Amino acid sequence: MTQATADDRRTDRAGDAALYERMLFIRRFLEKVDVLYRQGQVHGPAHLGLGQEAIAVGAASVLRPEDYSIGTYRGHAHALARGAPADAVLAELLGREGGICAGKGGSMHITSVEHGYYGSYAIVGAHLPIAVGLAWASRIKKTGQVTICFFGDGAVNIGAFHEAVNLAALWSLPIVFLCENNQYMEYSAISSMIPVERPAASRASAYGLEPLVVDGNDVFAVAEMVGAAVDKARDGEGPALIEADTYRLKGHSAADAGAYRPAEEVARWRGLEPLLRQRALLLASGTDEQDLIRLESRVAITVSGLADRVLAAPAPDPATVWTDVWADGGSRWRN
Amino acid sequence: MAELTFRNAVLAALAQEMERDERVVLLGEDITSGGVFKTTTGLVDRFGPDRVWDTPISEQAIVGAAMGAAMAGLRPIAEIMFSDFYAVCWDQVVNEIAKTRYMTGGQVTLPLVLRGANGFGSLGFGSQHGQSVENWAMCVPGLKIVSPASPVEMVGLLAAAIRDDDPVLVFEHKALYGGKAQVPDGEQFIPLGQARVVREGSDVTLVGLSITVGLCERAAVGLESAGISAEVIDLRTLVPLDAQAVLGSVARTGRLVVVEENPGQLGWGAAIAALAAEEAFDDLRAPVIRVSGGNVPWPVARELEAVVDVSPERVISAVQTLMKH
Ligand SMILES: Cc1ncc(C[n+]2csc(CCOP(=O)(O)OP(=O)(O)O)c2C)c(N)n1
Ligand SMILES: [Mg+2]
Repeated sequence: MTQATADDRRTDRAGDAALYERMLFIRRFLEKVDVLYRQGQVHGPAHLGLGQEAIAVGAASVLRPEDYSIGTYRGHAHALARGAPADAVLAELLGREGGICAGKGGSMHITSVEHGYYGSYAIVGAHLPIAVGLAWASRIKKTGQVTICFFGDGAVNIGAFHEAVNLAALWSLPIVFLCENNQYMEYSAISSMIPVERPAASRASAYGLEPLVVDGNDVFAVAEMVGAAVDKARDGEGPALIEADTYRLKGHSAADAGAYRPAEEVARWRGLEPLLRQRALLLASGTDEQDLIRLESRVAITVSGLADRVLAAPAPDPATVWTDVWADGGSRWRN
Repeated sequence: MAELTFRNAVLAALAQEMERDERVVLLGEDITSGGVFKTTTGLVDRFGPDRVWDTPISEQAIVGAAMGAAMAGLRPIAEIMFSDFYAVCWDQVVNEIAKTRYMTGGQVTLPLVLRGANGFGSLGFGSQHGQSVENWAMCVPGLKIVSPASPVEMVGLLAAAIRDDDPVLVFEHKALYGGKAQVPDGEQFIPLGQARVVREGSDVTLVGLSITVGLCERAAVGLESAGISAEVIDLRTLVPLDAQAVLGSVARTGRLVVVEENPGQLGWGAAIAALAAEEAFDDLRAPVIRVSGGNVPWPVARELEAVVDVSPERVISAVQTLMKH
């Protein structure tokens, strides 16, 4: 298997602080959502990507604005990483006016088409075939766009995964399938549910693809490996299937304490979490700690101001429940 | 005018719309060879391999790819060889295609068509290749449902489905594919959501869809000789539903028989009957009767098929019961 590590890419540090800031903002945003959830402000479940920020940020950093990405219910980070407005995302999570999906999607369906993020889908594996369609359209129209499809380790055991990867490989489509292997489905370890070593990489050869594994908690390594795959896809060399190792810092959703995970495992992965590693790297490469502290307090203030503003917003107008079933904006099914 | 079979009417509509709009692309199993029902014959030669794509046997990927391509600005048409196979990709249809426009607050539109062979028609296809499944789709907001009754209807309604900006499921009755009729020259287009009065009458309204429209017409001829005047309405589309056409007819006739091929235990006819009960109660002179497919998985032997299939005789006997009121 091809492994990429952070050390491959430690020469050009321009933009490193910006990547850190993106990850930091997403981390603080998700932590705030966790708190708001506990306060009863989030209606419905909330699956947080705490600890998986390097994948969202690293992958988004190699995309062009016109490229497509698409993901799962654990998709807040992916929308934000593509540039979706945080106030509209939070308004959606809190069911306030101005929500990015108008209050009709909620936490599990955050979407920002304007920023190339074509949605979050809550049926495990269902969006892989849809991602194939995005990439198929790019191939037909010869637009040079690339699609990145994020999914969990659990999704490799559902049929849609295999149909989608097979078709993408058969048609040599410009798509990167990126498995975020956070080691768990909901409460079961993925290792207990696969007869092979790795959920995604071990399946790659079945579709004529190279087994690619990356340290998903290293934003540089992610950017490097995904960047190479995106370049190849753009050049017409077909799809890639990448498995990014990571770990969620909290439970499956904000309602889950994650008690089924052994304490020593959690502790080990906490030591590998992406934000602290990135911070240490910045310091080691000469960034002034005072600058980081200033950045960190600025981000904290931004996020708490954001939450205050959104909490003060009114609920959506009930009349809007009848809009946007059909392309004409309405929902009439009969005359 | 040209005489077209129903299957060639499908082909004519596809060609008409592919000619008109280069965003229209096809995908499905074996379609460059014409498909199992020979509805796509020659399209790859005419429009090229970038417009007509053969797929593996992967219904989820076929339907999901149609959705993704629609989001990206194409107007894909996916062939589902037998509508029974919707069960294999129903998640894509119901949870993704029907809902994504709504649940994204209108950020995407999904101009796509899913089409293919549907229906029983006592052809010996049995339980897994012979179902009428249009009722499956009707309980899901976000899907439009079309099922044409004749070649001319097929061309015009399929064209409208392709031009529609929403997801449309087109159910083509497999027992109709071989039937022929004259189709006028030139572009055909029949707007979705407008039922058709196939035959006017004053004593009873017969409502049909797809294959049951012809069956209602045959029943009406039989009833005429018994002195009963039946009006026949072809719904054409279940969603959008031309409810006013049904209610208006019932206001004139006072009696309603709904004829559907799908199993009656929860067929679309129940929705039409409820419509009449709720909104035309004062016009009704008799109870509504539904003539529908039997509530068993479909059998194969001819004599068994005949028991569960709908027929003009069953419609006539339903009407005769009503006329006693
Ligand atoms: C088809 C389907 N089956 C089951 C579920 C319930 N479910 C939601 S998330 C989840 C675990 C998915 O695990 P994984 O793919 O690893 O993603 P992660 O949550 O770890 O990001 C399950 C079983 C579902 N949403 N869809
Ligand atoms: Mg997982």
